[in-house]
Amino acid sequence: MTKSELIERIAAKQTQLSVKDIELTVKAIISYMSESLAEGGRIEIRGFGSFSLHYRAPRIGRNPKTGEAVELKGKHVPHFKAGKELRDRVNDSLQRERS
Amino acid sequence: MGNGALTKAEMAERLFDEMGLNKREAKELVEQFFEEIRQSLENNEQVKLSGFGNFDLRDKRERPGRNPKTGEEIPIQARRVVTFRPGQKLKSRVEGYAGTES
Repeated sequence: MTKSELIERIAAKQTQLSVKDIELTVKAIISYMSESLAEGGRIEIRGFGSFSLHYRAPRIGRNPKTGEAVELKGKHVPHFKAGKELRDRVNDSLQRERS
Repeated sequence: MGNGALTKAEMAERLFDEMGLNKREAKELVEQFFEEIRQSLENNEQVKLSGFGNFDLRDKRERPGRNPKTGEEIPIQARRVVTFRPGQKLKSRVEGYAGTES
């Protein structure tokens, strides 16, 4: 499912709001989440999961082509941990397929 | 929930303030946003939110495990898990975050 399919699926279940309103809303939600992480914040969605930043220490990397050593600075990377409801629903789908 | 974390309630509040939705609509849309993603993943369908990242599904085979307390061997069942791969745009936005190491 892509972002535009997500917009269509929400729109199919909505009666009052226009597709345009839903599109703007979906984009706003995604931008709130990106912004929050860019500022070092956490996102906590009960039943879905949480997003946070993990720190990667500086290290010496290598240019794979030349083998030359390159200093890589420390950086933060986004991390997602699925919440219990999402974990269970996804795992149950596997168990259903198998039975 | 934790201090200062972005939650569904806060997202709905911002949609109300900034997008002119009423409070009920804002709350409903935030709920629907996450529910549609859960449903897609539950149907074994990857979710791709361009500019943010992809939610992928991975099937893990059964593997031998151990009860850490008793040392007893118990197999860890085959399971399906969700993984998140941040997109390039999100990665570059957070990379430069200069706060404390977390």
